[in-house]
Amino acid sequence: MTRSSPALFAIGLIVVIGSAGCAQKSVPPSTLEPTAFGAALVESSGGKQIGATGAVLGEPVVVQVNDEQGNAVPGALVEFSGPAGVNFDPRAGLADSSGQFTSNVELGGVAGRYQITASTLTKTQKRVDLKLEEIALGYQAQVGHQLDEKYCVRCHDPESTPERVSNYDNLETKPHAFTDGDTLNKMTDADLTAIIGHGGPALNRSALMPPYGYTLSKTDAQALITYIRLISDPPYQGPGMMYVQK
Amino acid sequence: MKKPLFAVWWTLFGDPVRAFGVVSLLLLISLAIAPAKNHFSEWRHYQDQYLSLIRGRGDAVTLQRHLQGGIQQIWLPDLGVVDRCTTCHVGLKEASLADVSMQPFRRHPVIPHKLDEFGCVVCHRGQGAATTVEEAHRSTLAWEQPILPARYLEASCGQCHRAALTGTPQLNLGRTLLARYGCVSCHTVKLPDGGTMQATDDPPSLSHIADKTTREWIYAWLKDPQAYAVSATMPNFKLSDPDARDISAFLIANSTPLPEDTATLPASAPKAPPDPTTAASLYGESFCASCHAVQNAAGNVVGGDIGPELTRVGSKVKPEWLQAWLRNPRAYDAETAMPHYRFNDQQVSLLSGYLEGKADSDLLANVHLDVATPEQIAHGKTLATEYGCAACHEISGIKKPENFAPELTRIGSKPITQLIFLRGMPHTLPDYISAKIRQPRSFGAALKMPQFSFAPAQGDALTTALLSLTDRSQNLPRALTVPAPRPSDYQPAGKAGKLMADLACFSCHTINGRGGDMAPDLTWEGSSVQRLWLQAFLKNPNTLRPSLIRRMPRFNLSDSEINELTDYIMTVYQTPAFDRDSMPESGYPAAQVEQGKQLFYAKYACQSCHIVDMKTDKGYIGPTLTQVGSRLNAAWIYNWLKNPQALRPAAMEPNFNMSDEDARALTAFLMMQRNSGKQEAKK
Repeated sequence: MTRSSPALFAIGLIVVIGSAGCAQKSVPPSTLEPTAFGAALVESSGGKQIGATGAVLGEPVVVQVNDEQGNAVPGALVEFSGPAGVNFDPRAGLADSSGQFTSNVELGGVAGRYQITASTLTKTQKRVDLKLEEIALGYQAQVGHQLDEKYCVRCHDPESTPERVSNYDNLETKPHAFTDGDTLNKMTDADLTAIIGHGGPALNRSALMPPYGYTLSKTDAQALITYIRLISDPPYQGPGMMYVQK
Repeated sequence: MKKPLFAVWWTLFGDPVRAFGVVSLLLLISLAIAPAKNHFSEWRHYQDQYLSLIRGRGDAVTLQRHLQGGIQQIWLPDLGVVDRCTTCHVGLKEASLADVSMQPFRRHPVIPHKLDEFGCVVCHRGQGAATTVEEAHRSTLAWEQPILPARYLEASCGQCHRAALTGTPQLNLGRTLLARYGCVSCHTVKLPDGGTMQATDDPPSLSHIADKTTREWIYAWLKDPQAYAVSATMPNFKLSDPDARDISAFLIANSTPLPEDTATLPASAPKAPPDPTTAASLYGESFCASCHAVQNAAGNVVGGDIGPELTRVGSKVKPEWLQAWLRNPRAYDAETAMPHYRFNDQQVSLLSGYLEGKADSDLLANVHLDVATPEQIAHGKTLATEYGCAACHEISGIKKPENFAPELTRIGSKPITQLIFLRGMPHTLPDYISAKIRQPRSFGAALKMPQFSFAPAQGDALTTALLSLTDRSQNLPRALTVPAPRPSDYQPAGKAGKLMADLACFSCHTINGRGGDMAPDLTWEGSSVQRLWLQAFLKNPNTLRPSLIRRMPRFNLSDSEINELTDYIMTVYQTPAFDRDSMPESGYPAAQVEQGKQLFYAKYACQSCHIVDMKTDKGYIGPTLTQVGSRLNAAWIYNWLKNPQALRPAAMEPNFNMSDEDARALTAFLMMQRNSGKQEAKK
């Protein structure tokens, strides 16, 4: 008896500690009970954003729950999910009075495209999904993004803001937006290196595109290409993949 | 109970021979433990997994040849690095593994450093010497340095790189915010080179505050600065009503009047703005919006952030003070970033009337303060001292406190055991710092740190900047540090120097490494422009870059002031790189001019960014060149064409690697562009 009492005590202690540990880890009971059900999910804002790897996107992702008639459904349950490494704050919740649900998205630590899914339940407990895509820039693409902001966007981005007026409309030969995958994906890395380094005439294109080979380093040009490849729409498949497809 | 035990003992050791056998077996097993542990180790499992992963690939032979079995180690005594990460992360250097997304076999993304020179933990943290997944990546009993989340990875660059890097926008922003929001006014941050981080915000002195505003406004401001101006950098100290009442009482009672502030305008000046559009256009023409923002109806804050937001300025400032300020801001604050505009009485009256109109009647509607008692004033002083108001603001009677808040020089290496976490909070340093920035008072209602209003991205940037302040950043070998350029304290001399200070040129222009980045660098301005043009520009600045919304304002300078400035700029701000008289201003042969024109439009397509002929050219990224022949010096144009970045390192115009002949022809063509001069002569 005297010998077994420490053992019993130890077992008891383990049980107590274990249960305490479990109590800490156990998820609090979900208070999210949908008060309404929608039929469709639409994106309000926040898709196709560009952020750094692991960073929280600049704008939150906002989705709206609609019913069959396209009217907003307040109180519907919306849940976000995504690949490993992607975090949502909050992950799930009820749509607000205008039928919208807002979540801040933290991208994963690996550069690339991230597909995130928002989902809601219909009256018949059927899941409705909305897929959105976000892009995470790695170091190289981040450098390219910064260089783009300084040297390229003024002409290559047709969008004007009060702070940065676009020069696109002033150019006789229109430059291609960097997201224009239909055009840029057909060009090899060597093509892009040539046109960045030696200007448009290097590829028999307009001289309105000046040479940057004496202003930017080779690493800079490579960074720009990495960035352009990452943000292109439709996505760039890479030379290897193209070969396989052919 | 005892009997079966005895039976077992007897079965094993009852017979000497059997006992010998059993002991030998035990010995054998114990000897096998070490090799077995090695055999079943995690890293061996990963290396085997890697082998089966590469087996099917085309370059399997090459990959296999690169793979060295066993425990791998990067040892860098200078950095104190013993990294065994490459034992499991075997494919880090394999460029051909770009398509592999499975860890630990992923290729390392391209970065400017070599793995063998810096190891892994310098950037990623974690325990380099550990050989199990758990111990290498997470904080365990024996270790407390977990892997740094990708979200804050730029912090690691900041350990060695003190200057801003292109690839680390988050870190750069964080460092700017630390200075701009006055964090370093309370928290000391010592830099490895011996200096300390300096705040870049310019909190106003409160010694004459009663001239400027009312006690009611101070009360409302103290209660919630962002209610007055959403972009205000002043944090919310969450003061109780009596505390805000007492501090406002103290500040008013403590204030001493300045004679200039009470001087009213002469009676001849119009009292009220005769026409609101005239006043608004004066506000626009003076480019007030280059530095001051106003919140528009949509809630967006539009305008610059050098000066305070003016959305509700009419509810804040007293009319007499505002007029005195507009007449000469330097009388109230000698160090202000605001230029002395030399407005005439009518303009002062117009502008002050316009700004007084920017009022919000709701702001002070519920503020009713009784006359302050001496006890309240004394309590207000105690509170102002306790909350460290004088760490940022100058307050007569209260000394600027030293080391008011904990020093943050090594915050990025603070051991987790020294931190007190909140319930339910992940026990990591980044989470702690981030929570402290977002909700400082959640760590205790009695804490003094105020509530800032940072956007999530700003909070992350600040956390990143703080995480870069590590032990390693302080102890780095000198050869590995990349110091920031030394802050310049350049001060132009003489009368012109005083004039430049009065006009606050450095708020927008950089000269010799000191100043703002809103406007062009003027370090070599004397080599760049022609004297007559500079005089005319200072008298009435015209638009050079149509795409910019921030422009040089008109300061209403007198002729003698303009001459003083022009003389100084033309004499002192000369580059040693070339002689400004080395190229003629005119007299270029027509053939060369024509060749230059061809080059301008065809070979170099300069019209994509510049306008020479208003009728045909449209590009407006660079300055308009219609009158460049009467604006710029010929030798400057030539040398600029040869290498723009050599003259202004931040220049956007690419270097075309132009031949001397081309550059000379283009210079000839550009020097002929004096259209307006010709037209004026005709008139």
